[in-house]
Amino acid sequence: MRLMSDEEKFDAIIVGAGPAGSACAYLLAKAGKSVLVIERGTSAGSKNLTGGRLYTYALELVEPGLYTQAPLERKVVREQIMMLGESSGVTIDYVDYSFKADIPQSYTVLRAHFDEWFAGQAEEQGAMVASGIRVDDLLIKDGKVVGVKAGEDEMFADIVIGADGVNSFMAQKAGLCNDITTQMVGVGIKEIIELPADTIQKRFNLAPDEGTARVILGCTEGIQGGGFLYTNKDSVSLGIVYSPESAAKQSKSVQEIYQDLKMHPAIYPLIEGGTTVGYGAHMVPESGLKGVPKKLYRDGFVVVGDAAGFCINTGTILRGIDLAIVSGVAAARAIISAQTAAEVGPNYVSELEKLNLTPTLKLFAGWPEITSIPRMASAYPQLVNDALKFMFTVDGTVPDKMPKAMMKIAKKHVSFGQLVADGWKGVTSI
Amino acid sequence: MTVKKLGAEELLGIDKFTVDEEEPHIVIDKAICAQCKDKPCLVVCPAALYTLKDGEINFDYAGCLECGTCRVMCRDKGITKWTYPRGTFGVGFRYG
Repeated sequence: MRLMSDEEKFDAIIVGAGPAGSACAYLLAKAGKSVLVIERGTSAGSKNLTGGRLYTYALELVEPGLYTQAPLERKVVREQIMMLGESSGVTIDYVDYSFKADIPQSYTVLRAHFDEWFAGQAEEQGAMVASGIRVDDLLIKDGKVVGVKAGEDEMFADIVIGADGVNSFMAQKAGLCNDITTQMVGVGIKEIIELPADTIQKRFNLAPDEGTARVILGCTEGIQGGGFLYTNKDSVSLGIVYSPESAAKQSKSVQEIYQDLKMHPAIYPLIEGGTTVGYGAHMVPESGLKGVPKKLYRDGFVVVGDAAGFCINTGTILRGIDLAIVSGVAAARAIISAQTAAEVGPNYVSELEKLNLTPTLKLFAGWPEITSIPRMASAYPQLVNDALKFMFTVDGTVPDKMPKAMMKIAKKHVSFGQLVADGWKGVTSI
Repeated sequence: MTVKKLGAEELLGIDKFTVDEEEPHIVIDKAICAQCKDKPCLVVCPAALYTLKDGEINFDYAGCLECGTCRVMCRDKGITKWTYPRGTFGVGFRYG
């Protein structure tokens, strides 16, 4: 990296080389702007984690066809929802080969590889990526953000982009939001379990380029949250996401709860013989639109990606990386099109609208209410398992009549009042 | 190899850490922690770095995954400092 004199000023400084930061840097550099990306990890991606997958449309916004060069894992054609009981599991397996036609809808991804590649792409466009530097503060002069401070170094720019992730100290320092609260976040933990590619293909019924994305309910011992499983090329990402607030109400370490999921009789055969090669944890924004700062900019500063709380969780669809990229694109477009510095912020907000990010967040604004219904984590998945157990059990006795049996099973897990309340919540939230 | 339950220490042994010996990025005040009834840190930390030893909170920042869960969950603000590690230090995910 070349040394910077005090006088040197960039068109833009981006804090954080995740997908939001790199998308923004890529487009700004391509448009001829001088861009400095500052990343605290030794390389881009070394601090980052996903379940997870990337919805391809977002990369297409950066550069059509760019995804063909990206280090992506498998094209997702199988979308699964699994509900676990004590020693049983119900899996809804939706396979759709149109998901991999033309531009595949989504790919499983490992962020250490992907983020490093993406930052490299931004560099090729002319952005400067400085890794291994932690930004400590924003420089504010006359009410305007004019740069950043890292240790003793001060660096200046016309605009600073806060792309520093879910614990966004930049957005807080800019005064756009208060510190995050426990209701706003989930915590994801996962292991990467290495398995031969053909074993993965056999176990999940996949062709060599195809992948599975699975959400799992009933695996968090009643803690609000759920599990996930994604097939990578030579590994499986298995993890849980939990509400820390809910986890704190019981006494078992979340790490142990996750270990029990690994050993669940309906999960273990999928990973048997594998070797754990990675373990990580990360917070994720969980409250959707409610967690997004009222104001996404101030003079000289905009906030993008997880730092802005952009996330969508419908239970079947989990979006974060794509929204990060879209917001990075929006910020870049806003900066490029602005005639004056004052236009950048308002332009950014209107680009987020045009790129459908804000309207989509609004549409799903009520969904966190549903995913946070306590019974989603335990009572309902168990109820489904018990119902199917009844439907498949033959033991030579005379079974109960179907309606009576189902009523009995339902009553075991939820009261009539709870059912009505949850139904009402469901209807009113969506 | 086969899949088995792994303890926190075994899991953290898989990851790459560059520990900043000079400057801990998380500091706790055990006197404040002693007064805290809930002690949510004991269960919510994915690296299980907070443990009870003779009734006192024991903590080592060395295996921190930098998720920030303890920071948002800390009830009585016994965590007196929480920053990201200085540049290049801390966890490095190989896969992410």
